[in-house]
Amino acid sequence: MTYAQPIKTAFVETLITLGDDHLILGHRLSEWCGHAPMLEEDLSLPNMALDLLGQANNLYSYAAELEGEGRSEDDIAFLRNARQYRNLLLVERPNGDFAHTVLRQLYFAAAMQPFWQATLNCSDERLNGFAGKAVKELATHIRHCGEWVIRLGDGTDESAQRMRKAVEELHIYTDELFQPNAAMRICVEAGLIADPAAQRDIWNTTIATIFKDAFLQVPEIAFPQQGGREGLHTEALGHLLSELQYMQRTYPGMTW
Amino acid sequence: MYSQGLIGSGSENEESEAFLARFQARIDAEEKIEPNDAMPLAYRKTLIRQIGQHAHSEIVGMLPEGNWITRAPTLRRKMALLAKVQDEGGHGLYLYSAAETLGVSREEMTEELLSGRAKYSSIFNYPTPTWADIGMIGWLVDGAAIMNQVPLCRCSFGPYARAMVRVCREESFHQRQGYEIVMTLAEGTDEQKEMAQDSLNRWWWPALMMFGPHDADSSNSDQSMLWKIKRFTNDELRQKFVDATVPQAEKIGLKIPDPDLKWNPEKNDGAGGYDFGALDWDEFWRVVKGGGPMNRDRIAARKAAWENGRWVREAALAHAAKREERAATAKVAAE
Amino acid sequence: MATHLTPLWEVFIRSRNGLNHKHVGSLHAADGDLALQSARDVYTRREEGNSIWVVRSEQILASDPDKAAETFEPAADKVYRHPSFYDIPDDVGHM
Repeated sequence: MTYAQPIKTAFVETLITLGDDHLILGHRLSEWCGHAPMLEEDLSLPNMALDLLGQANNLYSYAAELEGEGRSEDDIAFLRNARQYRNLLLVERPNGDFAHTVLRQLYFAAAMQPFWQATLNCSDERLNGFAGKAVKELATHIRHCGEWVIRLGDGTDESAQRMRKAVEELHIYTDELFQPNAAMRICVEAGLIADPAAQRDIWNTTIATIFKDAFLQVPEIAFPQQGGREGLHTEALGHLLSELQYMQRTYPGMTW
Repeated sequence: MYSQGLIGSGSENEESEAFLARFQARIDAEEKIEPNDAMPLAYRKTLIRQIGQHAHSEIVGMLPEGNWITRAPTLRRKMALLAKVQDEGGHGLYLYSAAETLGVSREEMTEELLSGRAKYSSIFNYPTPTWADIGMIGWLVDGAAIMNQVPLCRCSFGPYARAMVRVCREESFHQRQGYEIVMTLAEGTDEQKEMAQDSLNRWWWPALMMFGPHDADSSNSDQSMLWKIKRFTNDELRQKFVDATVPQAEKIGLKIPDPDLKWNPEKNDGAGGYDFGALDWDEFWRVVKGGGPMNRDRIAARKAAWENGRWVREAALAHAAKREERAATAKVAAE
Repeated sequence: MATHLTPLWEVFIRSRNGLNHKHVGSLHAADGDLALQSARDVYTRREEGNSIWVVRSEQILASDPDKAAETFEPAADKVYRHPSFYDIPDDVGHM
């Protein structure tokens, strides 16, 4: 497919925005590898991370091709500064304990799964291919993390308390899941992606169903946090990037 | 698959001459021994120790490579490394499973590792300060491991052999992944070449030590060979590894850090092989006994994972108990 | 420690439709749902299957290997159960 301006620029930016979500969350999950609460989770968490990193790779590669300015997917992934990343604040939040990690993953997957499902009806064939893959992958993330949220919420006193704390700390970042930036809105108008804002009801239902079994309350949020979609991040992202970009920044222009 | 109730029961406890001879005859006939079969206590103990050590090595082995997952230089390298380290976790899991058929629990084995009673491969007590170390571990450490593991696929104990078949099949990409990383560095800038050579200098000798002490000094070797738990001696495998690896280094222009390394046409019954220098066994034993640069960090990381995960494991068990209770209550109510 | 053992499960995978589920190994999980999910992540990372069974290890009953001879050897001399026991002229063709 070829696109005329201004759609083309908006679409490239949107692909990068979505790629950033997947890269940063995949990076966070990958930090668990070798340190999980049980060996079985040392396999499950990287499986989810690999799904996300694979999507990031696809999205960046497509963005690089469409853009046609000689950037590679790695240039996009590794060679921007923190203000240029467009990922949700939610996905950059530090792992915290296992309760935080599975809840963050559930929040993200429960919004993105219906988003990709709806994007299957959109017009870009290549993106539809990514969406078809993501729909299945994220369904397993919802299932796996949902099961854990229920077990921790309805487990021991300690786990229930940790789960409630995770909800309290992470829920403030969930509004942003449904707030497309300007580039994304252009793509929604052009029929290239589904409207993230339209997925809120499905997300609410998924979360409410799981929270009911987990004896968790959906909290009232006084001050929802957003900004990632405009490149305004929490302090956590800079540290993440200093690891992510270490090699590319220290040894510029080399092949690995 | 293995009823725990049967383990340790039956006539095996007597270990008469006739029993031991019958057992050895089965081994000699290349019969596989399965978990519930009668077996000498020493055979069982040797397997529990060896499979446990092997499993621990996989699990601790996740740490030096895991150290670079978040810093891998490209998306492709990041995914490959994450998949590889994940595989190591899987291999640890398969091996713990194989050991568990002998009546020891994973929790017991984990406690042994964390308390320092159980050993793991000494190679993982060296640090990975540069990206080249990730390539070097794949090429040398996985290469050495494959030399060890391929014969284990024919080990006399069925569950261990089956686990190793799976491990070897999955590991086939690991060494290639490592060599490709090293090759890319060797073909790169001077700085990259230097990084690769420096890493080879640090890993070469520890890799040779992975095969364990010389045959003459290896206490468990003879009996393990007789029981076909082991198929080749430490020195045989080490020689095979050197002979396979030296040409691979030459091909990419890296220098093996051994001034005594020399082709010897007489070696290997006239087929030729490399003579190589003496290993520093003092270093080997120092690292095995806990004095390596990373021993403390490795165990501390495993302990932290185990301790920090306790509340998660307990919560899952508590939830399962609640669910069973509720199901029972619902059933009573329905009746 | 013994009070906190996470149960052991045996895992069976069907590699494709038309074949049997086959034992592939075991894993630990607090309950069946987690066991199924872990089995997927542990044993089907390379497209090894399209169906998974898990069963609590402690619920498997195994035949006694000490009685293997009396259990299985009586079948050995019942050669009339095999087609090669019967002499049919070659020119009858495949039967």
